[in-house]
Amino acid sequence: MASSSFEKKKYKVIGTRPVRHDGADKVTGRAIYGSDFRLTGTVHGKILRSPHAHARIKSIDTSAAEKHPGVLAVVTSGDFPNLKNKIANLGEGSVNLAHLGANVLAHGKVLYKGHAVAAVAAVNPHVAEEALKLIQVQYEPLKPVVWVLDAMRDDAPLLHDDLRTSSMGKKGDKPSNISAHIHFETGKVDEAFAKADVVIEREFKTASVHQGYIEPHVATALWNEDGHLTIWTSTQGAFTARQQTAELLQIPVSQVTVVPCEIGGGFGGKIAVYLEPVAAVLSRKCGRPVKMVMNRDEVFEGTGPTPGSFVRVKLGATRSGQLVAGEAWLAYDAGAFPGGMIGPGCMCVFSCYEIPNARVDGYDVVNNKPKTQAYRAPGATQAAFACESVIDELAEKLGIDPIELRLKNAAKEGTRRVDGPVYPRIGFIETLQAAQASEHWKSPLVGPHRGRGIASGYWFNIGLKSSASASVNPDGTVSLVEGSTDIGGTRTSVAMQLAETLGIRAEDVRPQVADTDGVGYTDVTGGSRVTFATGLAAYEVGLDIQRQMAQRAALLWECDPAKVACTDGVYKTNGKSIAFAELAGKLGETGGPVVGRAAVDPQGSSNGFGTHIVDVEVDPDTAKVTILRYTAIQDVGKAIHPSYVEGQMQGGAVQGIGWALNEEYVFDEQGRMQNPNYLDYRMPTALDVPMIDTIIVEVFNPAHPYGVRGVGETPIVAPPAAIANAIYRASGTRMRELPMSPPRLWAAMTEKKS
Amino acid sequence: MAKVYIPAQWRDLTGGTADVQLDGHSLKQIVAGLEARFPGIAARVCDDGRIAAGLAVSIDGAISSRGLLAPVEPHSEIHFLPAIGGG
Repeated sequence: MASSSFEKKKYKVIGTRPVRHDGADKVTGRAIYGSDFRLTGTVHGKILRSPHAHARIKSIDTSAAEKHPGVLAVVTSGDFPNLKNKIANLGEGSVNLAHLGANVLAHGKVLYKGHAVAAVAAVNPHVAEEALKLIQVQYEPLKPVVWVLDAMRDDAPLLHDDLRTSSMGKKGDKPSNISAHIHFETGKVDEAFAKADVVIEREFKTASVHQGYIEPHVATALWNEDGHLTIWTSTQGAFTARQQTAELLQIPVSQVTVVPCEIGGGFGGKIAVYLEPVAAVLSRKCGRPVKMVMNRDEVFEGTGPTPGSFVRVKLGATRSGQLVAGEAWLAYDAGAFPGGMIGPGCMCVFSCYEIPNARVDGYDVVNNKPKTQAYRAPGATQAAFACESVIDELAEKLGIDPIELRLKNAAKEGTRRVDGPVYPRIGFIETLQAAQASEHWKSPLVGPHRGRGIASGYWFNIGLKSSASASVNPDGTVSLVEGSTDIGGTRTSVAMQLAETLGIRAEDVRPQVADTDGVGYTDVTGGSRVTFATGLAAYEVGLDIQRQMAQRAALLWECDPAKVACTDGVYKTNGKSIAFAELAGKLGETGGPVVGRAAVDPQGSSNGFGTHIVDVEVDPDTAKVTILRYTAIQDVGKAIHPSYVEGQMQGGAVQGIGWALNEEYVFDEQGRMQNPNYLDYRMPTALDVPMIDTIIVEVFNPAHPYGVRGVGETPIVAPPAAIANAIYRASGTRMRELPMSPPRLWAAMTEKKS
Repeated sequence: MAKVYIPAQWRDLTGGTADVQLDGHSLKQIVAGLEARFPGIAARVCDDGRIAAGLAVSIDGAISSRGLLAPVEPHSEIHFLPAIGGG
């Protein structure tokens, strides 16, 4: 891609901050979320969930529920096709359909408290809930296993009798809860450690945390008399929801339309389907639209948290601070079914540094928790908490400034990661330099019990498939249709790239997110990919329209289209010129509508690096941690709409603060979550955090015409390590377990004193 | 020739060899070349004629979504990695 001309270009739209196109609907409450949607004749579905974390289902008797007045349908897993270990490719990854189906409604066994067992559709939600109580399920309780290291033991209760450990495709010979083992190795690791002047090895634990989206899962399904199924839902990816639903029901994708409603947060947790196929089968059974809305406890207990983890990191360095060896051992929860976040965890643990000799072992472990799902840079935060804490300790031991130590070892263009690939142009060093030059880093931190911490983080950012089309209106505006659910303001960031390409105002593009029949295939809004990949599609749409508009101008001027040039939305040839809007008014007389279209599939990562600085105060009596000041610094390639980039950086930082300080699933001995509500599962509120300052670093990404890198996920990676490092400087206590909540920190501080 | 890096966990099939040079214009040809030299390795790469679930292929630093049809250049660098998604 010709990047050099774009890299230095002055933009008219990109880099500005127009009002978002969906802003008025959002602030007036007129935007249609899944819960707002209602069809005539809608009935309501509710799900019966397991009270046990691990049990065999001996029988399910739904007869009394079916006879209950107001009940229209009851379903169990017996109403679904039998899916035997079929692997379906979902674009952003693949899924074992038997596992996906058994997560939607349990087959034979329940594997976590809250696992869906049966569902009822009734005239209203209250009748549906009454009917759930009439369903008789006979369970044979089994011993649960929750902690990841316990689940790895040879004598651990097995969740799946047929699960064998896969070592990059090589299957183990006995049943195990370890579904996958990953191993990377480069250089001569043991030799390098033996020669290192300083070696530090530490162990870290992190609790399960939820994505914590405000909007619960919701879906309405209508299985029409003509056999067509339409689903209105809150999803990060309409096409993947369509495919999962079609696969689970064993019907063609063409028989399913998924309409993505506005979404109240997803963060990776709204990619897998939960309610959609259940609502569909209920609708097929009762012939009515069926709406299902989860309560908050169902969201916590029945949908994906991110993995709890155990990580051991060992680093070796010379006295001058050169990293010479690294070793990491990671075990992550997969939850009830295989396929957690261990792969990216292993690939990210040393991704910020050039370490010539390194070894990484990672384990994906099933245990009696909800099936883990992606959460903003999935797997990276746990790994960075460990690595960045050890880096900080290493800096202290060597007497080197923590930024200088990072700069000395920072990954850069040409660095080979431990998993193999070589980085193209990246901007990690630039984020460290920006941190070093920041007002925050240069300001003294005064007062007792206060400390400053710093940490860095990496996330790949992905490309994948996006489609878009746009039609030129006679008034000079353009209607853009795309398939990416708008979570972080991407309608506008995508529209701005089309506007820039066409040389018109952002306000003159009207973006719309279409359903699965209204736009070409588009992968999920995830992986920090939309502004990058759907933005690339919009750019290509712009080029297509520009080409057609030049032909129309040529027709008006009776010249060769190749002789028509376009600059900033003005078409010119031989002293004649016509602006885009004026030319748009002449489409009727020059051949009719102009519609641009594009489908793209950019390969590779756009590689996002961030560095965060935080000041904390630790109450010596209560161990409560107060965030005094926070600065997030990130290489974003090119900030299309800086306000939304800042918003992503701030949002990621705040989620990371919650993960660091308070959020955790608390389980009892029977593996039951004890805090499935927002009173007891403590997420940060506006009262808990200061303004998050942001510093945008722009290192042009040569793989995108406007230099864009993904933004959304990287900012959650660094916060827990940065805060742990700050707490150490404030209290003298190194915390190696998340969350660093007052009881846990108080215990650690007390232990240290004694 | 393309340089193919063998994951540490497949080196039981390669006698410890960590990388090989192979001719091929597509990943399919590269996998065939690997199988010819190290019998059994194709079963680690592919499942039912496609790249195995959970596996990703990086060609010249970019994860390819084109499976076995992915083009390979004469000096490409190929890695087999765990598949990743995003949040």
